[in-house]
Amino acid sequence: MTVRPRPLNLFAYLTCALLVTCALFLPGQSRAATELTGAGSTFDYPFFSRAFYQYTQNNPDVTVNYQSIGSGGGIQQFIAKTVDFGASDVPMNAAELQRAGGPVLQIPVTLGGEAICYNLPGIDSGLKFTPDLIADIYLGKVTKWNDPALQKLNPNAKLPDMPIMVVHRSDGSGTTYIFTDFLSTISSEWKQKVGTGKSVSWPAPSSVGGKGNEGVAGQVRQSAGAIGYVELAYVLQNHITYGQLQNKAGAWVSPSIETVAAAAATKPTVSATDFSIVNAAGANSYPISGYSWVMVYQKPADPARAALVKKVLSWLVTDGQEVAKAVSYVPLPQNVQKVALDTLGRMEVGH
Amino acid sequence: MAPHASIERHEYPALVTETQVRRGVAARTNARNSLMRRCFPLMVGSATGIFVLIIAALFVELLVNSLPSIRQFGPGFLWSSEWNPVTERFGALPFIYGTIVSSLIALAIAAWIGILGAAFLAEFSPRYLATPLGFIIELLAAVPSVVYGLWGLFCLAPAMQHYIEPALQRYLGFLPIFSGPAYGVGLLTAALILALMIVPTVIAISRDLLQAVPAEMREALLALGATRWDTFKMVVLPYARAGIFGACILALGRALGETIATTMVIGNRPAISLSLLAPSYTLSSVIANEFTEATTRLYLSALIELGLVLFLISVLVNSLARLLMRAVFGTVVRP
Repeated sequence: MTVRPRPLNLFAYLTCALLVTCALFLPGQSRAATELTGAGSTFDYPFFSRAFYQYTQNNPDVTVNYQSIGSGGGIQQFIAKTVDFGASDVPMNAAELQRAGGPVLQIPVTLGGEAICYNLPGIDSGLKFTPDLIADIYLGKVTKWNDPALQKLNPNAKLPDMPIMVVHRSDGSGTTYIFTDFLSTISSEWKQKVGTGKSVSWPAPSSVGGKGNEGVAGQVRQSAGAIGYVELAYVLQNHITYGQLQNKAGAWVSPSIETVAAAAATKPTVSATDFSIVNAAGANSYPISGYSWVMVYQKPADPARAALVKKVLSWLVTDGQEVAKAVSYVPLPQNVQKVALDTLGRMEVGH
Repeated sequence: MAPHASIERHEYPALVTETQVRRGVAARTNARNSLMRRCFPLMVGSATGIFVLIIAALFVELLVNSLPSIRQFGPGFLWSSEWNPVTERFGALPFIYGTIVSSLIALAIAAWIGILGAAFLAEFSPRYLATPLGFIIELLAAVPSVVYGLWGLFCLAPAMQHYIEPALQRYLGFLPIFSGPAYGVGLLTAALILALMIVPTVIAISRDLLQAVPAEMREALLALGATRWDTFKMVVLPYARAGIFGACILALGRALGETIATTMVIGNRPAISLSLLAPSYTLSSVIANEFTEATTRLYLSALIELGLVLFLISVLVNSLARLLMRAVFGTVVRP
C-alpha cells in the first residue's frame, strides 16, 4: 500500500519555501566593506564597472554597486535618495534640480564621441562627410548614396546608386542627445524641425530605429546602404566602417580618443549649464562628442558615507581616468579634471 | 475486535487493512484536519483574491499616473499619430496599429501551423516521433524572448531583406502591403518572430485537447468505416475546437504583450504604413525603449498612458474572444 502525502504537508512545504525565499532577500548580517550605490547612464557602465572594480582592489573597505538603469532612471533614483550618486549623459536641468529638494553638484566624469558608420559594398572607412550633409541625410533631403554633394567630397569613391537607410537609436539615450545637439548646432533647419533630445521624432522617411549601440551597428552591418551613429568605444572595439567629418576649422577628422580629447580641451571650463562641446573649434577637434555626468547632493544626509563617496569620485575623475582609456573611453582633459575636483570640493562631508 | 477483524482479513484481507489504516490516520489527524477545513476556504479565497487586488491596483496605478497626459491630450491621444518627445506632443495611434496588426498576422500564421502541428502530433504521427517532437516544442515555449529577438535581428532580418522580401516584391509587389523598400526589419518580420514564439503555445495546448477526445467517439466513427481523416474532421476537431480557440486567444495575448523580441526586429518607427515591409512600432516596445530616459512628467505620463491603452486592449480582446466563443460554440472554455 502506498502512503499518499497529506495535503497539509504540501502547504507546509510551500510555506517553508516561501519563508526561505524571503530570507534570501534579507540583508546580510555583517558586511566587511561599505557598499556605495549609484545608478544611471548605461553609457557609463563599462567604464564604471572597470574603474570601481579597480578602486576596490586598491581600497578593499569600499565597494561600489553601480546599476546601469539609464540616465532618466538614474536621476529619478537620485531624487528619491535611494542611491549615493546618480549618473546621467546630460546634466539635470532646472526643472529636475528643483525636484531634487537641495543643492546638487554635477561633476563631469568621462567623455564620449560618436562615429558615423555606414555599410557600402566595396567602400572602406574614411568616406568624407560635411556636417551639412549629415543633417541633410538625417532630414531625408539626401536620399541616394551617389548624390552629387557626396560624390564631390569623395571624387575617388565609386558611390553606388543606392537608397540611404537612416538608422538611429530607438531607445532614449545620451548618444542621441549628443548627436541631435550636433545637428541642431550646425543646421538651423534641424533645430527648428526636430531639435535636441534623448529621443526625437526622426524626420527621414527611410529611418529605422535600433535598440542600443549593438542594435544600430547590427542594422548598419546587415543592410547595404545604411548609415548610423554609434559610440566611439563601440566602434573602436568592433570592426565597423566609419567616416571622416569636417570640423569647424575645415579639417577632416576621424573619430578617435585623441580627436575627442582635442575637442574637449578647446572648452577650458565646463559646467552643468554650459556643457556642449559639439562642433568645437580647433584643427584636430572631432565635432560629435560630449561629457557624461555624476550627481551628488551638496549637503548629504549621511556625512560619513558622503566622505567615502567624495573620495571615490575624486579618484574617479583623476587617477581613475587611466582606466577610461583601457576601455576606449576618452579621459577628461587636465582642465576639466580640475573643474570636477573643485566641484567635488564643495561637497559638505564629515571627517 | 481482533477476532472479527481476523475473519474479515481472511475473507477480504486488503480491504480491511486499508479501512483500518484510514480510520487510524483519521483519528490521529482529526484535530489538524478540522483546523485545515476551516482555513482551507480562506486560503483558496485569498490565493485568487490577491490576483483580483493586483489587477485592480495595476489599473488604478496606470490610470493615476497617466492623468497628466490624459488631461493634456484628452481622447485625441488615441488617434493622433504624432510622437515627439522634444515638443512633448504625444499620440498613440501608430503604436496601437503596430501592436494589433503584428499580433493578428502572427496569430493568423501561428493558428494554422499550430493546429496542423497539434493534429499531426495527436492523431497522425507514430508514437516514437510524437514524444520527442512534443518535447522539443515544449522546449521552444520555454526559450526566453530575448533569444528569439537576437535570432530575429541577426538571422531572420537579413534573410528577410536579402531573400524573402525581394521575392515577395517580385511576385506580389503589385499589392500595396508588399510595396516600398525592403529593410529586413519591419512589421512582417516582427509578426513572423511573434508567430514563431506563440506556435508552441498553440501546439502544446491543442495537442492535449485533441488527445483528450474520448476514444469511444473515434472508435464509433472508425467502426462506421470512416477514414482517420474523416474521424479527425467530423469528430475530433469539432469536439476540441472551443478549447483550441481558447489556446489561440492565449497565444494572441502573449503576442500583444511581447516586448523585447518585437523591439529588436520591428524597426521602431512610429508611423503607419500600408506596407508590411515598412518599419513599425508597438506599445510595449516604445515603453521599453523610452521609459528609462523619460525625465519630464508629461513624457513619463504619456508612456504610462500607452501602458494603460495596452492593458485595455488586452481586456477588450479577451472579452471579445469570450463573447465570440459564446456566440459560436455556445460555451465558454477557458484557455
